[in-house]
Amino acid sequence: MRAMAAALGICATFLAVSVVHAQSRNSDKPAAGAAPKYDPAVYAELQKAPEKARRRANPLQNDPDAVAAGAILFEQHCAECHGHSAEGSRKAPSLLAPEVQSATPGTLFWLVTNGVVRKKMPVWSKLPEPQRWQLVRYIQSLAGAAPAAENPAPKP
Amino acid sequence: MASFSRVVLLGFFILSVLSIFSPPPASTQENPYFVAYDHYLEEPGNLEIEYFSTFGTQRNGNDFHAYWAEFEYGATAWWTTEFYLEGQTTFNDSTIFTGFRWENRFRPLKREHFINPVLYFEYENKNGADKILKEGEGHDVESDFLVSNAQARREHIHEIELKLILSSTFKGWNFTENTLAAKNLANAPWEFGYALGASRPLALKAAAHRCTLCPQNFIGGVEMYGGLGDRHSFGLHDTSHYLAPVLGWNLPSGWTLRISPGFGLNDNSHQFLLRWGVSREITGFGSMVSRLFGGRK
Repeated sequence: MRAMAAALGICATFLAVSVVHAQSRNSDKPAAGAAPKYDPAVYAELQKAPEKARRRANPLQNDPDAVAAGAILFEQHCAECHGHSAEGSRKAPSLLAPEVQSATPGTLFWLVTNGVVRKKMPVWSKLPEPQRWQLVRYIQSLAGAAPAAENPAPKP
Repeated sequence: MASFSRVVLLGFFILSVLSIFSPPPASTQENPYFVAYDHYLEEPGNLEIEYFSTFGTQRNGNDFHAYWAEFEYGATAWWTTEFYLEGQTTFNDSTIFTGFRWENRFRPLKREHFINPVLYFEYENKNGADKILKEGEGHDVESDFLVSNAQARREHIHEIELKLILSSTFKGWNFTENTLAAKNLANAPWEFGYALGASRPLALKAAAHRCTLCPQNFIGGVEMYGGLGDRHSFGLHDTSHYLAPVLGWNLPSGWTLRISPGFGLNDNSHQFLLRWGVSREITGFGSMVSRLFGGRK
């Protein structure tokens, strides 16, 4: 009987969480006017890319579908943390910041591939290499898309 | 206990139906394996709810249908923890709950390498009627399953299981090799096993439009697994081995479907296993729970 109660409890918990999830999903977005998270330490990870990785060119740079495909991949895998417009959220920094937008395609590819595991950014090498390049192409297409890129929030 | 397992399954069914009506979660890119593990962990803060079935044929006995539910949570980018509930139905016998497992996977290295290790630790609290065949270990063979549920469930098993997962990704292919060591804490010898897997998406580039049937949403592959004996008699004798093609379909709606027909490779193995599974990822689960308790995680 106790086991049954425990199982029912588990089910009820997950049911409740699903409902709360449905209600609160939009609250992950930063409030209008709120500064996106700006963490220089995270952007500093870009500086750790090896020279060989930095120099890699995006093989899909001239692929006319790369931005559109990258946008879909971004929405599927990245928007949850980085925001639907890459503006950043409490979970992850803005990708519109100059540090990101001025990085080479190879640097961004290296970061997407390796993640920042100790700082909650997962490894994304599970996406095939062409998809990671499509993501990079999309992220770099956002240059100048938002004021946050020019004026990152100050260090908290 | 039969009613217990029905209650558990009903709960998961309701949960699945409910999640249909929740907003679409982020699409996932799940591997198609049932037994082998690759080095990719759950994204931090995400919860994946999974249901799996194994139908197995049994020579000189009753075929069975075993099932389990998994709750897989990304605690950090380097630690994933999972809780399992499992049960089984043996035809012409009974339906019973067979136990639970708590599994943890740790990624020790910060960056991606040609071979990526993951350390795995699992505690199992189950009875002898467990038939989910989630791993091949020791001298487990088909004839072990001839025992009736009423008799098998009397055996209570506390077991720890350790795995070293070595996984590589090369030109879109994933290759993984899992080595397993398991010990029943009731003074039984260490048992060993293995699992190998290879898989690849049907297309490496993503389409420029949303689609359900695009080839990049399908991942095909094969896995092989079996036992390697125990500390006193290590080797392939009196062990079972399986070869199983696997296919995963990652739907844009966030659901993942998997199917795998498995074939026994020797006389100690079940001749045929059919596995299938369905899973869905809830993104931001950790933040949601945190907010419930007033946090801003």
